[in-house]
Amino acid sequence: MSAVTVRVPTQLRSLSGGAGEVSVDGATVGEVLKALDAAHAGFAERLFDETAQLRRFVNVFVADEDVRFLQGLDTPVEPGQTVSIVPAVAGG
Amino acid sequence: MPFVAGLKCRECARPYPAEALHVCEFCFGPLEVVYDYEAIAGAVSREKIAAGPPTIWRYADLLPASDRSPVNLGAGFTPLVRADRLAAELGLGELWVKNDTLNPTGSFKDRVVSVALTKARELGFKVAACASTGNLATSVAAHSARAGMDSVVFIPADLEVGKVVATAVFGGKLIAVEGNYDDVNRLCAELAGERPSWAFVNVNVRTYYAEGSKTLAFEVAEQLGWQAPDHVVVPIASGSQLTKVHKGFGELHRVGLLDEEPHVRVSGAQAEGCSPVATAFAAGSDHIRPVKPSTIAKSLAIGNPADGWYALDVVRRTGGAVAAVSDDEIVEGIQLLARTEGIFAETAGGVTIATLAKLAAGGVVRRDERVVVYVTGLGYKTLEAVTPHVAPTATIAPTLEAFNDAVEVEE
Repeated sequence: MSAVTVRVPTQLRSLSGGAGEVSVDGATVGEVLKALDAAHAGFAERLFDETAQLRRFVNVFVADEDVRFLQGLDTPVEPGQTVSIVPAVAGG
Repeated sequence: MPFVAGLKCRECARPYPAEALHVCEFCFGPLEVVYDYEAIAGAVSREKIAAGPPTIWRYADLLPASDRSPVNLGAGFTPLVRADRLAAELGLGELWVKNDTLNPTGSFKDRVVSVALTKARELGFKVAACASTGNLATSVAAHSARAGMDSVVFIPADLEVGKVVATAVFGGKLIAVEGNYDDVNRLCAELAGERPSWAFVNVNVRTYYAEGSKTLAFEVAEQLGWQAPDHVVVPIASGSQLTKVHKGFGELHRVGLLDEEPHVRVSGAQAEGCSPVATAFAAGSDHIRPVKPSTIAKSLAIGNPADGWYALDVVRRTGGAVAAVSDDEIVEGIQLLARTEGIFAETAGGVTIATLAKLAAGGVVRRDERVVVYVTGLGYKTLEAVTPHVAPTATIAPTLEAFNDAVEVEE
């Protein structure tokens, strides 16, 4: 597996030591986010609700597409692609 | 402003200071302004409001920014007009149109932007920014010019020409993004993290910005002689406006400005080409599935509405409904309002009027109710939508003969 870049929003950078981008391994969005939590403990409880789904106000994008238009947490991620975590509460 | 106690997460209730924050760091829920309602109740009165300026700032005690030096082009206090001719066409009784086309830049966005930039200036920001479907961009650019702030506004590249020109004229930076509004919004949500010295009115200042929409309820109640209507119909883009209209009526009662507790049914209007909230309402679902918008109502074309869930909740709790209308019905709605009441609305207004017609036909909006429909943007902004449908009656030579040949007019 090759590295995937995860873009971390400012609200979560206290977990990543201030880093705006973190490199982890994973073949799907779910795997990538789990790997992120393994590397920097605390991400999972912020991103997932009690049913292990993405929280209502968390948007995740793979190569600029919302994963809800793809296959959600099962969306495949290619090596070198960027996964962005973005707060959903914006706009309008 | 002195009545703001802080911010609070709407989901998990974690408290935050009244700074440029919009999202809970723990659960990503939206932050809400917390007011000291007891202190407000002691400070406000109908007389004090009546003596205030003819703008949203007459309700400053219920807004989250100080009115000592507001960024103000005169937003708000727009006409509430009795619409008997439209009511007759729709089989309704007491119908009122809140004509919010008559704001300084032609849309209700002037309300929220006046609040957002006033707060942004208080917080020390020098640059105003936003993600916009058009109306917001125009309003941010105009208010920034007025305030002497720099502005950087982002729009989808395919907007109506009137909105592009009416924004660019104010001289700030206007960035056309190749993508739809949701792409623009994601870009700005990410950019807001990288540019903490910019006040993105609907990102990091959104908590304050959204409160400006409460004035749509305050004014209607005041204009009805300090009474709440029975039913309101409000367009839904992000859903924020609808939730704040509902909140506004409740607050008036809470601080003693309305004698009776309001029971306002709140209904929402969407275009079929972008109707994630109407779809969830019809399905009886709590889950709002994002869509890729395709509609002439570009100002409402938000496929991933931030407050969609809250809007749905308000509609259900108040016994309203959310309906969606086709592009053809939107144009008919624009023409119906123009023909019956002399008000020329943009496509969002067409959506709202057409949805009102649909809800009236379906018996959801009733003849025995006092109804207010919110028309929130000016028709000159979206001439493209009606241009194929209306034209001069005749084009003639400047002679009596040519006129008589061309036009049959009743004597």
